Amino acid sequence: MEPSAIFDLIGGRFGDKVAEVSLKPPGLFAVIKSEALLDICRYLREDPELAMDCLSNQTGVDRKDCIEVVYHLFSYRLRHEAVLKVRLSRENPVLPTVEGIWKSANWMEREIFDLLGVTFDGHSDMRRILMPEDWPGFPLRKDFVEPAEYHGISTVRESPILRLDEKKK
Amino acid sequence: MSTLRTEEMTLNMGPQHPSTHGVLRFVIRADGEVMREAIPDVGYLHRSIEKIAEKVGYHGFMPYTDRVDYVCAMFTNQGWGMACERLANIEVPRRGEYCRVIAAEFNRLASHLLTVGLMGMDIGAMTPFLHALREREMINDLIEELCGARLTFNYMRIGGVAWDLPPGWREKALAYLDHLDPIITEFNALFSYNKICVQRLANVAPVSAEEAINYNLVGPNLRASGVKWDVRRDIPYSAYPEFDFNIPIGTGEWGTVGDAMDRYMMRIREMTESSKILRQALTQIPEGPVLAKVVRNFKPPAGECQVRVESARGDQGWYVVSDGTANPWRVHVRTGSFAAMGIIQKLSRGLMIADLVVLIASLDVIAPEIDR
Repeated sequence: MEPSAIFDLIGGRFGDKVAEVSLKPPGLFAVIKSEALLDICRYLREDPELAMDCLSNQTGVDRKDCIEVVYHLFSYRLRHEAVLKVRLSRENPVLPTVEGIWKSANWMEREIFDLLGVTFDGHSDMRRILMPEDWPGFPLRKDFVEPAEYHGISTVRESPILRLDEKKK
Repeated sequence: MSTLRTEEMTLNMGPQHPSTHGVLRFVIRADGEVMREAIPDVGYLHRSIEKIAEKVGYHGFMPYTDRVDYVCAMFTNQGWGMACERLANIEVPRRGEYCRVIAAEFNRLASHLLTVGLMGMDIGAMTPFLHALREREMINDLIEELCGARLTFNYMRIGGVAWDLPPGWREKALAYLDHLDPIITEFNALFSYNKICVQRLANVAPVSAEEAINYNLVGPNLRASGVKWDVRRDIPYSAYPEFDFNIPIGTGEWGTVGDAMDRYMMRIREMTESSKILRQALTQIPEGPVLAKVVRNFKPPAGECQVRVESARGDQGWYVVSDGTANPWRVHVRTGSFAAMGIIQKLSRGLMIADLVVLIASLDVIAPEIDR
């Protein structure tokens, strides 16, 4: 099934919960409202016509005015895919977890929490995954300022090439 | 007589454990030799490559993609190249696509050779590892002639590849394939069908097809569970539609479908298929340019896309968001190892500690690809 047909099905069933549909190639997506996320995901997974059995990718994008969480869904049985997005406020980004629907969300949601600071309600293990537990801030946010040092270890290094230049002087 | 006091142990494995394929760590709760659970702790190799992408621009990011997965860097090169080409609607010349396929399939051979060799070493057999690495060295030599590097290739560019095949390289490559095919048979006789290897791997941590899809396992790990899915065939890209090759799937002939032995055998069988693709590509390669004209100040129009590449560790998804400027707004790469690590905690329940090493090796987890 084409992504546009999938978006039509979601739109027909959930109506005003679909905020925007973009059919501009190469990236087609539908923006849905966060309160309907779980219902729409369950519908996509369980409806035999859609059968989205795999959450192939879940990630976040900081858009400066909001944070987007992007879901790439895929059906191995029917061989079609669709992209869903949810927009969240930057101040308090909270979403329900989809871990109960697709197990692969467990680690991907931890990564989004770690790098973009989106909290997933109901997640079984909401800890940082890649950064150290006491790291300040969320590195993939656009306003993130890299700290000069971490536990006394400098995070920047003098360029060895510059050092050679200075020796010549 | 007093009863024997028993208690659950918490063990640390890693981060410098030699058989954990890079720097990763497990916290194991064990009851004697049997694990209650192994909790993976990753991030030791996190370099924030996705953040770097936002700073260095489209062409400048190509060498960094090598570092996402340095065991099969051709695929990360290709994934990044394809994502940029789709954003800007660039067509790669046909010879360029063939060069990409040839380089990538040689890289797949090299990566799988390392995987099957490491599997031997992880279960305590040094010899197969040396045999496999000897063959891998020859591929490294071939790739070195092609692009000057043995590990982090930086061979591909947005719009094609950096260099055409050197003179005489095609014949050398074909001669190597003639040499490799009997070696795979020999390797099977030496190691794969060896009773010790089979007994060590069969029935260890089987994954059902539903579970594999639910946990988003990809590539050989998914196919070992019996799902016939290969991006090269099912979402065709590059020159792959022009080649005839099979997609092996797990059969469970030694134990259960989707066990460690099946996952291991996937790599052996895929090597034969890669060799088949390479023979066709090397004989059919058309003449022509290898690199499309791409402006230096590359600014794809605003938009986003996701491309999927079948890397040696499975379906690799590159999600790129462009805002129309010279730097990408957001780059995300979803890798096979990241998904495979996510299932280890579940599979480890009830396994022997020694089998955890087999499990990691059979899932072919590479730490830099998890951490990026």
